[in-house]
Amino acid sequence: MKKIIFGLAFIIFFSFLIVSAINMRTFGEPTISEMDDYFIENAQNETGANNVVTSIVFDYRGFDTLGEATVLFTAVVGVVALFRGVKK
Amino acid sequence: MKEMSRIIKTVTNFVYGFIIIFGFYIIVHGHLTPGGGFQGGAVVGSAFALLLISYGSMNSNKFLKEDIFSLFEGFGLILFIVLGFSGLGITFFYNFLANSGGWFGDTAVIGVNPGDMNTAGVIPLMNIAVGLEVLSAFGVIVLTMARGAEFTKKKENS
Amino acid sequence: MIGNLPYVVVVISIGLGIYTLMFKRNLIKIAIGICLIENGVNLFLITLGYRKGAVAPIYTYAPSGQAMVLPTPQALTLTSIVIGIATTALILSIAMMIYKHYGTLDTDQVRRLKG
Repeated sequence: MKKIIFGLAFIIFFSFLIVSAINMRTFGEPTISEMDDYFIENAQNETGANNVVTSIVFDYRGFDTLGEATVLFTAVVGVVALFRGVKK
Repeated sequence: MKEMSRIIKTVTNFVYGFIIIFGFYIIVHGHLTPGGGFQGGAVVGSAFALLLISYGSMNSNKFLKEDIFSLFEGFGLILFIVLGFSGLGITFFYNFLANSGGWFGDTAVIGVNPGDMNTAGVIPLMNIAVGLEVLSAFGVIVLTMARGAEFTKKKENS
Repeated sequence: MIGNLPYVVVVISIGLGIYTLMFKRNLIKIAIGICLIENGVNLFLITLGYRKGAVAPIYTYAPSGQAMVLPTPQALTLTSIVIGIATTALILSIAMMIYKHYGTLDTDQVRRLKG
């Protein structure tokens, strides 16, 4: 009984996802792109890097990268603390 | 984890140096070609995982030290934070070395160019810091989980 | 409709992940489902930033005179991938500790109290 209800809910949810994916905007034509055009135009002038993605990751949005490095460090600390009773 | 057969160990001896050098190439050239600190660190970490799997977790304790990895990880994160704070005269994470003429300070040619290693200011240094952090994080995770797998298997048998 | 095929691929990947989370009881399979959902979301972000006939946003030896795809979704997807790796490592470690304590990976049998 529980499985039938779960299956019905899953089928309804999945069909909604499929319908909304078909009705989205056309693939390959982004509508709003002012910020990215600014980055493509000015990233080489302002940061001097050829790779626009790297200049966004480390310069324009460096604070994001700091939080992300902290998340990775916290995950490593969690794994080490989980196995701390295991001797070598 | 037991060590694998002689064929796999021989191929590993040939290959792992090239994988590590390729990973450091990706890290250092992160501001010119596709790549960067995260991707290159992941490549070097995969070389460590290859060594660990082919030699077994007992034998690989001789050349993969967990303490050195955790030391490098803290060093990389601290270097990244210091580089972020050192632009604080203007804003946080300001690129104070770009177009200044000093270290990594050449002005880039606007438009399509072959690429100059000595550009992009603080970005290559941040790439190296993050690459160091990511590769040692992968090493610590892989080594610790291999040790824990040994531990859980022993507990199951007893 | 065939032009929107990448969105359909994203939806199928996320749907398979949600199916795994709803109907499977093994902890390793639940971790695989979470990885599927993560990959679907990353693919969706990349798909939103694609521009037809454009090249990657890197100026080293780029073909001149062509448009470039949007760089911001790619940068944020890079962040998301590393966070996904960190969460996956933590999930698998916790699953290993659960297996050590309870002797099973089934979520129904983990539920009982045991010293």
